[in-house]
Amino acid sequence: MIQINNLSKIYSGGEQEVMALKDVNLTVNQGEIFGIIGLSGAGKSTLIRCINMLEEPTTGNILINGQDVTLMNNQELRQLRQKIGMIFQHFNLLSSRTVFDNVIFPLEIAGIPEKKARQKVVELLELVGLSDKARVYPEQLSGGQKQRVGIARALANEPFLLLSDEATSALDPQTTRSILKLLKDINRQLGLTILLITHDMNVIKDACDRVAVIDNSRIVEVGDVLSIFSNPGTPTSRSFINTIINKEIPEEILHRSVADNGSTASRLIRVSFIGTSAGEPLMSTMLQKYNVKANILYGNIDRVKDTPFGNLTLELIGTLDLINEAMDFLRESGLEIEVLEND
Amino acid sequence: MIEAIAAIDINAFLSSSLGENAWIPGAVLFATWETIYMVFISTTVSYIVGLPLAIILVTTEEGHVLENQRVNEVLGAIVNAFRSIPFIILLILLIPFTRLIVGTSIGTVASIVPLSIAAIPFVARLVETSIKEIDWGLIEAALSMGANAWQIIRKVLIPEAVPSIVLGVAITAINLVGYSAMAGILGGGGLGTLAYYHGYMRYQTGVMWITVIVLLILVQLIQMLGTRWSNQVVSKRR
Repeated sequence: MIQINNLSKIYSGGEQEVMALKDVNLTVNQGEIFGIIGLSGAGKSTLIRCINMLEEPTTGNILINGQDVTLMNNQELRQLRQKIGMIFQHFNLLSSRTVFDNVIFPLEIAGIPEKKARQKVVELLELVGLSDKARVYPEQLSGGQKQRVGIARALANEPFLLLSDEATSALDPQTTRSILKLLKDINRQLGLTILLITHDMNVIKDACDRVAVIDNSRIVEVGDVLSIFSNPGTPTSRSFINTIINKEIPEEILHRSVADNGSTASRLIRVSFIGTSAGEPLMSTMLQKYNVKANILYGNIDRVKDTPFGNLTLELIGTLDLINEAMDFLRESGLEIEVLEND
Repeated sequence: MIEAIAAIDINAFLSSSLGENAWIPGAVLFATWETIYMVFISTTVSYIVGLPLAIILVTTEEGHVLENQRVNEVLGAIVNAFRSIPFIILLILLIPFTRLIVGTSIGTVASIVPLSIAAIPFVARLVETSIKEIDWGLIEAALSMGANAWQIIRKVLIPEAVPSIVLGVAITAINLVGYSAMAGILGGGGLGTLAYYHGYMRYQTGVMWITVIVLLILVQLIQMLGTRWSNQVVSKRR
């Protein structure tokens, strides 16, 4: 649906040039929730704005449903934008208009007859659960309610694509979850493709089907959210994942290694498992089969979108050979093993 | 109404009503009315012209919805040029122009011309500032919906800036009260004329003090109304 080819964006403000995006290639499929994660300044904001041409790319092209948006004239661009909804971190609601009038705003722009427009707004407010707030001004709403208005507004012209620019970054975790749930519902019910940018790995974990990791103006990794969680291919991805699972291992534990002396050694490992294997008693099988002891330091089971995803940090104690055999066993059973400390 | 008031010969009026046995309260009331009238009309005119200028100044800026560097620079330079002329000099410079339009250069109607011309660039900059206070995110949101420049001006820029623009109206009107007194010294009518010809030239110190007090009350009143109006707009949105 969206195909981005060799996209670059250079800001030439004053003397120096700033590279905001470099050689971005990306494909977003119909009906998926696609996340782009990156730190602030990585270029994700520029990238999402290039898609509806709020920012003009320096080179490269963007095909939306086969049409190159970088070649469109103003008229064509306005028509296209009416069919691409966008929601924002700071909501960007008009303080001069009530909730109802904010949602009708894009319909006014598109020139929809008033009667039809009003009916549409009623439906949309119902969808986002704000029917009772129609006559209220945005100032009186909570952050989560404001974003619901933003979502209703973005859906008014029945878009085929929703762009979400850090839509949950100004919200508390609980509200974030409810907004993400709403987005997932809309994705499912309306078959709406959603492209979101965020710096919060929880958002990717809760809502996205696929993810692209952007670092220093480049896309460094693209893939299925589950596979990136279980097997991050780049340090950037790994550090994002570490922000939400397995908080840092305390220093004391990292350095409390049992001296290697041929008969006893210790290895600190992180085991992660996805979906079905989370149900099998692999750990106890391993402990019975190999003569190693395990010291469990940390463990949790989470969900990535709707699949269980667990991870466990263990200290394995035994002879070096046995530890290695035990780790091989876990790998063969389909678990991801990462050795955290290896001195 | 303009013709009716223009028809009154200011000097004839002053000499008849403020002679040896002048009825001072009547003269003060009339002069106050003249000042209010001049300020009201010239504030209105300056907003009718200044508001569109402000919108052009904002929207033709780099990266804005009607980006046009040339228009922006030329208009900006003209506005600055007018603002750099002290009012008292502008008043004299504009005498031929005022005569051309009104037919005379004295009296309240004649004063409205230089007052408006002085206030237009002021209003343009004041409203420009009000519009620039609007978060760019709102404009971006409208753009993302496919709005054109005119829709953004009419549905985003103006309504969002209203509370701030309203406060600017009070500032402008208060400035014009001061300017109208200067115009009064050159025969412009209103409280300025009263204070100058009677308070100063005829040593009627009482008249001078009464004028000052009336001006003080007038300014307080305008500011109060402006603040109340703005608060009303804002509180409706809360």
